[in-house]
Amino acid sequence: MSCYRLYMSTPESLTPHAVRHVAKLARLRLNEHEVEQYGTQLAAILGHISQLNAVNVDDVEPMAHPFASSDAAKMTNRLDDDVPTAPMPIEDLLMNAPAVEGRYLAVPKVLGEGIA
Amino acid sequence: MTSATTTTSTAPSERIRHAADIAAGRASSKASVVEILARVKARNPRLNAYREVFDELALARAEAVDRAPPKGLLTGLTVAVKDNIATTEGKTTCSSKMLANYRSPYDATVIQRLRSAGAIVFGKTNLDEFAMGSSSENCAFGVVRNPHDESRVPGGSSGGSAVSVAAELCDFALGSDTGGSIRQPASLCGIVGLKPTYGRVSRYGLVAFGSSLDQIGPLTRSVRDAAAVLQVIAGYDKHDSTSADEPVDDYLTTLDEPLKGLRVGLPKQYVSTANDPAVNAAVEKAIATYRSLGARIVDIDLPLTDIGISTYYVIAPAEASSNLARFDGIRYGHRAKLEPGEDLFDLYAKSRAEGFGAEVKRRIMIGTYVLSSGYYDAYYKRALQVRRLIKDEFDRAFEHCDVLLGPTSPTPAFEIGKKSDPLSMYLCDVYTVNTNIAGICGISIPGGTVSVGDKRLPIGLQLQAPAFAEAKLLRAARMLEAAR
Repeated sequence: MSCYRLYMSTPESLTPHAVRHVAKLARLRLNEHEVEQYGTQLAAILGHISQLNAVNVDDVEPMAHPFASSDAAKMTNRLDDDVPTAPMPIEDLLMNAPAVEGRYLAVPKVLGEGIA
Repeated sequence: MTSATTTTSTAPSERIRHAADIAAGRASSKASVVEILARVKARNPRLNAYREVFDELALARAEAVDRAPPKGLLTGLTVAVKDNIATTEGKTTCSSKMLANYRSPYDATVIQRLRSAGAIVFGKTNLDEFAMGSSSENCAFGVVRNPHDESRVPGGSSGGSAVSVAAELCDFALGSDTGGSIRQPASLCGIVGLKPTYGRVSRYGLVAFGSSLDQIGPLTRSVRDAAAVLQVIAGYDKHDSTSADEPVDDYLTTLDEPLKGLRVGLPKQYVSTANDPAVNAAVEKAIATYRSLGARIVDIDLPLTDIGISTYYVIAPAEASSNLARFDGIRYGHRAKLEPGEDLFDLYAKSRAEGFGAEVKRRIMIGTYVLSSGYYDAYYKRALQVRRLIKDEFDRAFEHCDVLLGPTSPTPAFEIGKKSDPLSMYLCDVYTVNTNIAGICGISIPGGTVSVGDKRLPIGLQLQAPAFAEAKLLRAARMLEAAR
């Protein structure tokens, strides 16, 4: 319990460094205003969430899915018969792509001049 | 706000009776489509329920229905579809700049099933971006307004769908419910909204938000219509491996038979002093109605009710941050223009920064944080443990009662712009999130109105029932509706 308290001590704001780290993991570019705003808002939300610490969860199995416990039969993986089906046409799949070259998705150059 | 609650005595509008008339050649689908289009033209510019209406397509399909009416429960009825459900008509935008031009190459399973039952896809409705919100203010294409008072929100995230049903801009609508997104707007707009049991309805073609929480369900003007739409869309689908291979009950035949010996559970946490007094009065009135119908009221204790919000705001953003990783500017969606020297990482980060709105970014940030190294056990794993405790608490409650009764929302519709703080918005969902967390079913039905100034705002009542007990849930709801 005490280690959770350490983790979830709730400062009034997350540091700009912490916000930028999370934004990087999430692949979101934030401007300075957003870094400041999310620092305060996330701290408030995480502070509320820390109510979870008050619940005794000793020996409780985590539940990732509504069917995970109640009925094993519903959780059994079902496999389709091994019969080929018609795939979606490539044209349909590419019609929403922002940049296409021929039958391929176009992306910026991934490998630079010198490979780091 | 006054505490006086009054109920309306008008019979609920049952559109499936109209469908039966169309199927028998006694009524015209085209005539009703023309009427609905006139109302859309008059009211949608202000209400903003629809992002897009398929007027010509709908008229052509209605004419075809009238020429040779197909057999089906929903023959010739118009359906408004929340814009996070894939349709081959028009676009599927999730009310996001990210998907402003996205056209689905396929129909969601629910759409295919509605078509087979004779329904006409009429238009796409606005929502809180990617279904994240409780007010339909977080919408890239403008706020949606409550038809009972245009200065107020319709609730969310299925706000456009709820408004389209309440203002009679369609016959019925589809929404999605991750933490209350069907039931809460149904409550605030004075209509019926059903969240089926997790897995009861296929999610194939629903843009994923919280994959262990999301369900598609109907928004209607009567319990009977909700039962009919569920009858059509429920069932196993091989395209959704989380859809349940459980037999689908007959929801319509026994709908009007009162449940003998019904035990209505009343959790003491649901009649809170934090609720608007008119909301608690509506619950009291429903209790009296059930008593007069011979039901037994059972006191229930659900001490984990309040912890639901904290549990939800770990699990839902965690799942959302994973699901929304697919929007990277490569295969579909918005792609940012790069400056010289910027690379693939910049393409991802810039496209997502430009494409997502503030609330979506906030949830992605929360989700990423709680899943990140060092915090996973403290937040995510712990939330999943509390999730099991919440489910166990419901299981124990349902040993003593058949359905749980309470309010859908602590308040009637609030004013647009009133809840600018994200946390205060999240707390709107206190009575609805646990249904999704436990994976059970729930319905919101009209429970009266409250006068505020010269306006009458609807109040919703929520019933919850165990997993796959929709037949019982709908019958219990119908008892209240019929006694109105």
